[in-house]
Amino acid sequence: MANYSTNEFKGGLKIMLDGEPCAILENEMVKPGKGQAFNRVKIRKLISGKVLEKTFKSGDSVEGADVMDTDLAYLYTDGEFWHFMNNETFEQIAADEKAVGDNVKWLVENDVCTITLWNGNPIAVTPPNFVELEITETDPGLKGDTAGTGGKPATLSTGAVVRVPLFVQIGEVIKVDTRTGEYVSRVK
Amino acid sequence: MSQQLWAPSAALATLKQRAEILATIRSFFASKGVLEVETPSLCRASVTDVHLASFKTRFVGPNNQDGLDLYLQTSPEFAMKRLLAAGSGPIYQLAKAFRNEESGRHHNPEFTMLEWYRPGFDEYALMDEIEQLMQLLLQCAPCTRVTYQQVFVDVLGLDPLSASLEELKQCASEHGYSDIANRETHPDTLLQLLFCMEIEPKIGIDAPCFVYHFPASQAALAKLDEADPRVAGRFELYYQGMELANGFNELTDAKEQASRFEQDNQLRVQMGLSPVAIDQHFIAALQHGLPQCSGVALGVDRLIMLALNKSHISDVLAFDVGRA
Repeated sequence: MANYSTNEFKGGLKIMLDGEPCAILENEMVKPGKGQAFNRVKIRKLISGKVLEKTFKSGDSVEGADVMDTDLAYLYTDGEFWHFMNNETFEQIAADEKAVGDNVKWLVENDVCTITLWNGNPIAVTPPNFVELEITETDPGLKGDTAGTGGKPATLSTGAVVRVPLFVQIGEVIKVDTRTGEYVSRVK
Repeated sequence: MSQQLWAPSAALATLKQRAEILATIRSFFASKGVLEVETPSLCRASVTDVHLASFKTRFVGPNNQDGLDLYLQTSPEFAMKRLLAAGSGPIYQLAKAFRNEESGRHHNPEFTMLEWYRPGFDEYALMDEIEQLMQLLLQCAPCTRVTYQQVFVDVLGLDPLSASLEELKQCASEHGYSDIANRETHPDTLLQLLFCMEIEPKIGIDAPCFVYHFPASQAALAKLDEADPRVAGRFELYYQGMELANGFNELTDAKEQASRFEQDNQLRVQMGLSPVAIDQHFIAALQHGLPQCSGVALGVDRLIMLALNKSHISDVLAFDVGRA
């Protein structure tokens, strides 16, 4: 894998840090009028998800990480692995629990997810920004409530729990924003 | 701010305020009898400082059919000192300065610099005058002053003038910079790291802060202090997270200046950088005689950012480098 100099740092670049692939989120140059320049970089570790700040001496270089994102459709889980398929080549990839993480609650069959591969192995699964899921459990709402006054919790078919307006009932399908975990609308 | 690249990066209202600030600066110096000058942006020589990268271009034309290498100036310092040596008296300039490899929230590769020189002033008298300009433009609280040594002791509990390389490495590691500290062999790089990352964010918050008496190893173009030659007559001004100005009680010794340039170039070669042509006209001017003086370079775009409460340099430039 190529090395990258601090001059090539920018948001989105994938580098190796302490043996873990990382994505650069922000890169700020700190350059005194007289003296050595430094790069203050905000980094997300792609396996642990931790965000941290790191300072580099400008001109130093770091090893790039062989990380690529690929869009794959979610098929099913066998309990140990979550299986995804490339809809064009029909090639399948299995992600383990660590890679799927908390996003397991947003996996809907046939939805196209972004799978992050490091050296060819899945390390992260990002669901679509919006998913549609059926409500399996929620308290009956008050009749006539349409605006929603704070709402109520509802459990979805994947086990995810979101706050929904009072008028939404069991058996209905709702649209949820996976980035915030918030209810968007009912789906007809 | 418009996302269309033909459009200015600064708001037109900001550009009007910018023009007013420039007019105020000019009247400030006019009222004090300081002469406005203009010196070349393109020169045969440039700064040898290992941490500054000049743009180099080539002139081809009458008397120079084979081409002449010219550098865009990183500051108008050398030419202005030649004017001082010629007897100009106090002078100032609002100049475009050019620095390669610099771009970011506080940097644009082409920027506006206010540089002025005061024959007969020492660094303290010049700091007084800078403070007057700050009050005029920023209506800020009175400036504070602290030595480089004292601010290190206050913030980090470390004496920068006596600390060994090992002590500096240990201090840097304790503050989370072990990757840099482990490999670093230059004490000044570690001092600059600690200063930029740990000290700068903590000074000049409520009022502009002058840090003076930089170590002799970071003297740049300042003369060494007569009472304590471990430090130089160099100061910097910081305010609200911004490095605003760098000033010197100017080195007037031609021999010493030529030797500093040569040391820089040797260091450049060691670091794999191209040596830079030494400004022989400047050295000759020093040999002719530069009057004792103090001078300062102040980043005008940053000053305007502070005056107008803008967070990015592109907010105060008609067109930043992304739109140039």
